[in-house]
Amino acid sequence: MDIVFRDVEHRYQINTPFEKRALYDIHMDIPNGSYVAVVGHTGSGKSTLLQHLNGLLQPTKGTIHLGNYTITAGKKEKHLKLLRKKVGIVFQFPEHQLFEETVEKDICFGPINFGMNAEEAKARVGEWLALVGLPEEVRHKSPFALSGGQMRRVAIAGVLAMDPEVLVLDEPTAGLDPRGRKEMMDMFAKLQRQKHMTIVLVTHSMEEAARYADDIIVMHQGTIVRRGAPEHIFRHVDDLISLGLDVPEPVLFQRAIEQKFGVQFHAPCLTMEDVIKNLQTLFTRVKSI
Amino acid sequence: MNSMIIGKYVPGNSLIHRLDPRTKLLLMFIYVFIVFLANNEWTYGVLTSFTCVLLFLSRIPPSFMIKGLKPVLWVIVFTFLLHVLLTKEGDVVFQWLGIEVYDKAIQQGAFISLRFLLLIVVTTLVTLTTTPIEVTDGMESLLSPLKKWGIPVHELALMMSISLRFIPTLMEETEKIMKAQMARGVDFSSGPLSERMKAMTALLVPLFISAFKRAEELAVAMEVRGYRGGNGRTKWRELTWRRIDTAFMLLLGLLAVLLWLLRS
Repeated sequence: MDIVFRDVEHRYQINTPFEKRALYDIHMDIPNGSYVAVVGHTGSGKSTLLQHLNGLLQPTKGTIHLGNYTITAGKKEKHLKLLRKKVGIVFQFPEHQLFEETVEKDICFGPINFGMNAEEAKARVGEWLALVGLPEEVRHKSPFALSGGQMRRVAIAGVLAMDPEVLVLDEPTAGLDPRGRKEMMDMFAKLQRQKHMTIVLVTHSMEEAARYADDIIVMHQGTIVRRGAPEHIFRHVDDLISLGLDVPEPVLFQRAIEQKFGVQFHAPCLTMEDVIKNLQTLFTRVKSI
Repeated sequence: MNSMIIGKYVPGNSLIHRLDPRTKLLLMFIYVFIVFLANNEWTYGVLTSFTCVLLFLSRIPPSFMIKGLKPVLWVIVFTFLLHVLLTKEGDVVFQWLGIEVYDKAIQQGAFISLRFLLLIVVTTLVTLTTTPIEVTDGMESLLSPLKKWGIPVHELALMMSISLRFIPTLMEETEKIMKAQMARGVDFSSGPLSERMKAMTALLVPLFISAFKRAEELAVAMEVRGYRGGNGRTKWRELTWRRIDTAFMLLLGLLAVLLWLLRS
């Protein structure tokens, strides 16, 4: 499903003294099957943007094309339910949306709402649990008896169970330990490869954006200010810092080496492995001289 | 939900905003009584102009006020119609389909609806120009004489400010959970009743869980910081009664006297 935004603007509480412009001048294309990271400072409009991806918010100006759906400002959209099946959103702290008595029921909630019959949904719970790396035993437990990390996995399984074409992730790793973070991010990457999903990841972590996404959108004060491949975005370190963003450690490390020794790497390194590789070639070159 | 303005604070720095919250609470309280003094064109005229002056001084855009009053408008219209149709005094103005409408009935209906409108405008005005925290501080201060009879005024005020403090948080939370469930295919606004009950569970269970969790966390946070209630506790925000507050109270007294003299 291709996603196209044309001149999209969103104002909250329009026509009141509280009116606030949260998004403006948004033009973007997200082709089917891509992995896009949206980064930006708190309040840059990331969350508002992502809620436009399945019609939870509708633009106050402009047009959004989502596959065969077109959402235009000022028109009430009726068939959003079908759209919502195709675009799954995992909100920040998704474990807060759990409510059923058992994990099984909670995971089946989404698919049943979208018309899958209860028997089929139940039969597939094992598959969904495996997808998020949870053991079969949790199936009949109460979701509230699980650990925080497990609850999050259940909630994510509940969204994956809807079999969406596009998966939107709002800070899916917030509050997890480093190992949990890595497992979760690897899981999404695997899903994208196996199921050819489109992934839109909203994150604060530049490391995650650099490592997993093949395209980065930088937002600042309600609009898109940079767009490009990670190598391209992280070439301009000062630029990112001026936008109030962090820069991944490897990039900073690379820059420190470059400045200290007056050398230039071939390309920006996004991971420590890249830095090591570049250093090795540098050393062999130095030795050969 | 966004059209409801009652209980919402509009930031500003107008004369009304800067009044002591006690003045505004007393104003509201007294106004509610003196509204009933009005019973003819003159008294209603005075009362309406007074209210308009307050509205003007508050710098709240009248359009905003009008928009916010829409939800209660039908109640006012209903009151008016009820009076027009049921009061049978004075002369018949016109007849239609066997319904006789009397001139006194129209007058009565207009007066009562106006009284209703004025009451709502003034109470809304007070909440629009006073932060909830100011309201509780004002209440606590006004009610403090009741402490003598063992009424836990401070605790009540604290409860009130905590609940007020958490209204926006809970609203935000509600919206967030609603959106999360809508993304999972829940339809909160249409469908058969049984479906909607189910939808409400999906909203209320997470909401209650987080509210309890939050209450617990707050209690712990207060306890670790040694909170022990009202006695001897000083305030960060202190209320100051200024000359303008006295002036306002005098003005209100004057209004009451004027209404008393003009009423028939």
